[in-house]
Amino acid sequence: MIASVQVRDLGLVRGGRRLFRGLSFGLQAGEAVALTGANGAGKTSLLRALAGLIRPAEGHVGFLGPAGELDPEEARGRGLHLLGHHDGLKTTRTAWEELSFQALWTGGTEASARGAMRDLDLERLAELEVRMLSAGQRRRLALARLVAAPRPLWLLDEPLAPLDAARRALFGELMAAHLKGGGLILAAVHDPLPVPARALELVA
Amino acid sequence: MALLRRELALAWGRGGGPLLACAFYVTMATLLPLAAGPSPERLGVVAPGSAWVALALSTLLSLERLFERDFEDGALDLLALAPAPLELVCAVKCLAQWIAAGAPLALLAPVVSVALGAPVAIAPLTLVCALVGALGFAFTGGLGAALALGSRRGGLLVAVIVLPLFAPPVIFGAGAIDAYVAGLGWTPGLLLLCAYSLAAAALTPFAMAAACRNALS
Repeated sequence: MIASVQVRDLGLVRGGRRLFRGLSFGLQAGEAVALTGANGAGKTSLLRALAGLIRPAEGHVGFLGPAGELDPEEARGRGLHLLGHHDGLKTTRTAWEELSFQALWTGGTEASARGAMRDLDLERLAELEVRMLSAGQRRRLALARLVAAPRPLWLLDEPLAPLDAARRALFGELMAAHLKGGGLILAAVHDPLPVPARALELVA
Repeated sequence: MALLRRELALAWGRGGGPLLACAFYVTMATLLPLAAGPSPERLGVVAPGSAWVALALSTLLSLERLFERDFEDGALDLLALAPAPLELVCAVKCLAQWIAAGAPLALLAPVVSVALGAPVAIAPLTLVCALVGALGFAFTGGLGAALALGSRRGGLLVAVIVLPLFAPPVIFGAGAIDAYVAGLGWTPGLLLLCAYSLAAAALTPFAMAAACRNALS
């Protein structure tokens, strides 16, 4: 699967406005990168462009596996998790229904979803409808999908913002475990990540 | 499979789900005699056609927000980042819509048209036509819903896009039923209807997926 990501001379234009150009960086297995920048600098757009949801104006995004360059469609469909501002959770379904669907959909199993529920301390909330959950609880439910369906590359957009201190530490441990297993993390943040991370700042 | 189960559950629960469309359908059928006059001869003539039009409109009612919710809450991102192609996702969504909303409406169609005074003998044909037609409505309506994604006044756009696409199945289906009532050959109408619905099911997923990708970027 994805062992490294190479970004070369990437430029993004949104709504007729140039966000940045000539951005190049690499991300290796076991490495975390904290993406910083002012509001509107293009952090979210960069994550969405890596996920293939936005077509870049110029430049190239490549995914390399152990055996060389991967097909980008294939790599994105099986190798990455994107967690954006919106959690993608349906408010009228229960926490367990949503998590088990998201886990199955992204390549996990019922058992792994149950395990993720335990890891993120969500078991008490399983039968509640998503609309009853607080912002932090929803975010933990969304993060549970990352654990439930193992995919190497995590693209996270402000992953920790609504979490309390104890849960930040908890998710920090999960991130550290993911990196140890050869995972890659690119996270757009305003606060420091709970794991050692290289900094990448977006400037216009 | 997991997706089909989820979509069925969502279609079932979405704003009253099939019940809303069915209630709309029954309301329309109840109001028609009041508006057109209760004489059985007149009602008997318009019954099959009006039941058919009501079916098309109530399908449209439940389809409008087929993609919109997933788009707004970010679930469409998740659906796009899967091993399964987005085309298949769109097809499954429409299929679930057909099962959850189209099928109950189709079951109601013969009941409504007989209640309005159509001969009982056409009930089976009405049921078949409604089932097949609802498949076509689900897929073409899904196309409208996907194209309207992310635009303001999306509902209006859906109606405008879908109107010409809904015309052929209405013509074929009503034609088959009319021909049956008149004692003429009704198979060509039904076959054309089947062909239309199958073509819609085969082709529209590609257009829907393209529209979704466009809306996401």
